[in-house]
Amino acid sequence: MNTDIVKPENLVYSRTKVLTDATMHYCPGCGHGTTHRIVAEVIEELGIQDSTVGVAPVGCSVLAYNYFDVDFQEAAHGRAPALATAIKRLNPHLSVFTYQGDGDLAAIGTAETIHAANRGENITMIFVNNGIYGMTGGQMAPTTLVGMKSATTPYGRRVDLNGYPLRITEILATLPGTCFVSRQSVHTPAAVRKAKKAIRQAFENQQQKKGLSFVEIVSNCNSGWKMTPVQANKWMEENMFPNYPIGDIKVDGKIVEGIGTDRLVVDHPLTVVQ
Amino acid sequence: MAFKGEIVIDKERCKGCAVCVGACPNQVIELSKNVNGKGYNYAEAVKDACIGCTSCAIVCPDGVISVYKVKL
Repeated sequence: MNTDIVKPENLVYSRTKVLTDATMHYCPGCGHGTTHRIVAEVIEELGIQDSTVGVAPVGCSVLAYNYFDVDFQEAAHGRAPALATAIKRLNPHLSVFTYQGDGDLAAIGTAETIHAANRGENITMIFVNNGIYGMTGGQMAPTTLVGMKSATTPYGRRVDLNGYPLRITEILATLPGTCFVSRQSVHTPAAVRKAKKAIRQAFENQQQKKGLSFVEIVSNCNSGWKMTPVQANKWMEENMFPNYPIGDIKVDGKIVEGIGTDRLVVDHPLTVVQ
Repeated sequence: MAFKGEIVIDKERCKGCAVCVGACPNQVIELSKNVNGKGYNYAEAVKDACIGCTSCAIVCPDGVISVYKVKL
């Protein structure tokens, strides 16, 4: 170690103090860890650590309250937006965010998600989509890609049997209650920077009382996908991104130009995983 | 303007996922042949070519990398 460089005044990056010292239980390379860190960094940068309440889900991120040094509530499975609604309405001065996975937000909690968005609750929602039920052992989720192998679709997801992948982020973008809807990823430094910018925007919108802000993070699940972290990130780029295109979908209550109704609802082609 | 950097890796927290290895523009980081207390091959700096860009640190899922940087 070069002690001429390693001095406190030369420090340009270190782990944020809004994360606790607990070692995260996530698998090596999991996008949850990076997402936790950038959410914590945004809370630190906005100076709202004392006035933020998070809502933890059920799923891999069920223990999120152990890792953030902010107040947290644990919601019943899928009910994080309902709980966040109550917290925000009773304490309008607080910044409230939910942190959910695809099994929580897009499966059992679809009703709460859609109705919270449709009511235009003034909260921030972080959605980590890895296309699989990670915690329970890699079963098929609503977001599992067509042809993708999982514990319950060992020969790949079939449309005739299992239906189509659910693009809940596009669905939410069509609701008038949402202010900001974005889909990001955290697998490269550039992607992390963009995702952090989107999450910051989502928290700022809440401070300005603009309505519900929703950020989807397309993540890997290297354990569930049975790959190394680096392979999983590559697989995600090749297979997840064509089905879940990265970028802002709705900004300041308006659908981003170039994203037509085809992308939102009907015709966007689903690619089949081999 | 050139910069010289140095990374400090908390090797006991590192899980050896190797995402930082591919993120480094100067191939400074590699996984060690040794393992930490949890049995992971932790990441370590193997070259003195760090420019302090923080790419490895911002992509690290467990936030184990601190980056120091000086202007030359």
